[in-house]
Amino acid sequence: MPQLLKEGSIVADSWRLQSQLEDAAPVPDGKLILPLGAWESRRDQLLNRPDTGVWLDSDEEPSRIADDLEHLDLLAINFPVFSDGRGYSYARLLRERYAYHGELRAIGDVLVDQLFFLKRCGFDAFALRDDQDIEAAKAAFGAFSESYQAATDQAVPLFRRR
Amino acid sequence: MYVYDAIDQQMLDERVQQYRGQTERFLRGELSETEFLPLRLQNGLYIQRLAPMLRVCIPYGMLSSAQLRKLAYLSRHYDKGFAHISTRQNIQYNWPRLEQVPDILAELARVQMHAIQTSGNCIRNVTTDQYAGVAEDELEDPRPWCEIVRQWATFHPEFAYLPRKFKIAICGSASDRAATQLHDIGLELVRDANGETAFRVLVGGGLGRTPVIATPIHECLPQQHLLTYLEAILRIYNQYGRRDNKYKARIKILVRAMGAEKFREKVDAEWDVLKDGAATLTEDAIARAKAAFTRPAYDSLDPLAASTALRQQSSADPGFANWLQRNVQPHQVAGYSIVNLSLKATGIAPGDVSAEQMEVIADMADNWSMGEIRTTHQQNLVLGDVRQSDLLSLWKKAVEHNLATPNIGYLTDIVCCPGGDYCALANAVSIPIAEALQRRFDDLDYVYDLGRIDLNISGCMNACSHHHIGHIGILGVDKKGREYYQVSLGGNADKDASLGKILGPAFEPDEIPDVIAKILETFIELRQADEPFIATYRRVGMSPFKERVYATIA
Repeated sequence: MPQLLKEGSIVADSWRLQSQLEDAAPVPDGKLILPLGAWESRRDQLLNRPDTGVWLDSDEEPSRIADDLEHLDLLAINFPVFSDGRGYSYARLLRERYAYHGELRAIGDVLVDQLFFLKRCGFDAFALRDDQDIEAAKAAFGAFSESYQAATDQAVPLFRRR
Repeated sequence: MYVYDAIDQQMLDERVQQYRGQTERFLRGELSETEFLPLRLQNGLYIQRLAPMLRVCIPYGMLSSAQLRKLAYLSRHYDKGFAHISTRQNIQYNWPRLEQVPDILAELARVQMHAIQTSGNCIRNVTTDQYAGVAEDELEDPRPWCEIVRQWATFHPEFAYLPRKFKIAICGSASDRAATQLHDIGLELVRDANGETAFRVLVGGGLGRTPVIATPIHECLPQQHLLTYLEAILRIYNQYGRRDNKYKARIKILVRAMGAEKFREKVDAEWDVLKDGAATLTEDAIARAKAAFTRPAYDSLDPLAASTALRQQSSADPGFANWLQRNVQPHQVAGYSIVNLSLKATGIAPGDVSAEQMEVIADMADNWSMGEIRTTHQQNLVLGDVRQSDLLSLWKKAVEHNLATPNIGYLTDIVCCPGGDYCALANAVSIPIAEALQRRFDDLDYVYDLGRIDLNISGCMNACSHHHIGHIGILGVDKKGREYYQVSLGGNADKDASLGKILGPAFEPDEIPDVIAKILETFIELRQADEPFIATYRRVGMSPFKERVYATIA
C-alpha cells in the first residue's frame, strides 16, 4: 500500500485516487477519491455512497464543491506542478471560508520543500511524489518555529501576540 | 530603524538553516535544477552570464552603518570588492559562488539582513521614498507601514508560488518618489474625512514588456484594514492570474483582462469576508511599528546661523556651493539637510559602490547622520540627517572618495541595469552606453542648463532600469544577433506618471550619443523659459524630436 504523510506520521494510504472516470463507467468499490467532474455529473448517485472523496485540479475552484462538503470524507487538491500555487488559496478557502474539517490532502507534484507552507494553509495529509524522501519530509514541518501571519494553523497573527 | 526581536532573529536563522540544507541537497544531486530554482530565487540567487548573482534585501532602502560595513566585508570576501545598488533599493553581488551562499546568508543574518524574497514569483521587497521620515513634503512617514507589510509578506504561506513576481511600493509625500503607479500594488498615504491615516490603493501598474500605469481600486482604505485588503487582492491574483504564459502572468494583465471594475468587485467580495478578521491591524501593532521609526534626537539648531555659515563656506568654495545646490535637499528639521551621495561618477557603472566606499560611507553615517544610510531606486545613496554645520566636512570626505559628483536628478545621473555585461536575460549591454553618454555630456554647465532629466537605460524589455518612465528611455534590443537601441521620450515616474513613447527605429550603439544630443538640442530650441524637459515634450509632442533625429541620420 502506498505511503502517506498524515498529521506528521507516515501511514499506509487506504484510499484509491481515481484520476478519471468515464461517464458510463461503473463506480468502483472501496475508498475512492473521485475527480470533481465525476462528482458533479453523478452527484445524486454518489451522495450517500460511503468512503467517498473528491479531488480538485488546480483550475477547479473550491466554491464548486462548497455545498457538498458534509457528504465527503476526504478532499484532495492536485498540484500539476509544484509551482502552481492556486492550491494554497484553495486550501485556506476550504478550511477558513467553507469550514471543511475533514482530511485535506495534497496530491500530485508534492515536494518536501513545499510542505511547511502547505501545512500552514490547511493541508493535513500529503501524498508526496514518489521520489521524495518521506523520512526527511517529516523534518520539513519544523523548518520554522514561528510565523508572522495568521493562517489555518495559527489563527492569531504574530503582531497580536508580541 | 526597525530592530529585530528574538522571534524575528529566530525565523531568520531558521531560514538560513533551511537554505543551507537545500543547497547541500542540490549539490548532492538530490534536488533537480527545476526544483532548486524557486528555492534559490526566493533566497536572492540568480544564475547569471558569468557567475551567480546574489540580491540582498535592503528593506525599503534602510541600512545601518553596521549593516553597510557587513556588506563591504562580504564584497571583499565573497565577491570582487564591490556591489551594485539595484532599482528596487536592493544590493547585488555579481560574483558569489553558489556553494558559499549559505555562509553569506549566515553572515548577513548576524546583522539582521537576508536575501529573502528578493526574487522569484512571490511578494518582493516593499519599496518607498528614499527621503521617508525626513522629507519636507511628507504627510506621514511610510516606513512603519513598509515594516508592517514586510512582516506580513515574509514567508506568507499562501503567496509563495504566485503566477509571477509581485511588487508593492508605499509613498507618504506630495511628490511620489517611490513610483507607486508603476507597481503591482501602489499605496499612497492619505487622510480620511476625520483626519485619520488611510491608503489610496492602486493596482496593476508595472513596466516590463507591457508597461501599464496602475488603476485606483480604493480611494480611502482605513489603516486597520491594510493587510486584509492586501490579502484579498493577492488571493484573487493567486487564483485567477494567468499561469500559462509568463509574459502575461503579472497582475496588470489580469486587471486589464477582467476589467478594473470586475476586478474590484472580486476583491471587494473577498475582502468582505476577510475584513475585520485576525489580520486586522490593532492600535498596538501600528504603535509598535511606528515606535521603530521615531524621530531621532535632533539638536535644536539655529537655522539662521547655519545658513549664514553655509553661505560663507559656499562663497569660499564654488565646488562646495555647486554640490550643495545639486545634491543636498531640504530637511523637515531646521538646521539639518538630506545629502545624496552620487554613485554616478563617469567611468563607474551606475550604482556600483566599492568596499572601500561602503566603509567610508558607514563612517560618514556614524559621524554625521545618526548611523543610517538609505539606498535609492535611482541607484544612489542618501544620508538623511546631516547637520548643516557638518556639510562641508562631509562634502570633502565625499569628494575624496568619488561620491560627490554633483549630478543628482540631472542627465548624467543615469539609471542603468547591469545589462549584457552581467545579466543572462539582457539583449544588449547598458553600462557602456551610460558611460558613453556621461563622457559626451561632461560639460556640467550644459547639463545643469537642461534642468532635471531622468535618463534610464535597460538592457532588455524586462525593464529593470524602468526605461518606460525615464523622460528619455533607452532600451537595448537584439536584431539578428546585433545590439540596437530603441529610444523613447516622455516617460515620467511622479504623480503625473506617464509612459514613454518610442521615437522611431532603433539605433546602433555608436549613434546613441549623437541621437541624445539632437534630442537635447531640439529641447533647448523649443523650451520656454526654464521649462523642464518633460513639460516641453508634453507641450510640443514627439514630432519635432523625431524629425530632427531621423532627418540628419537619413
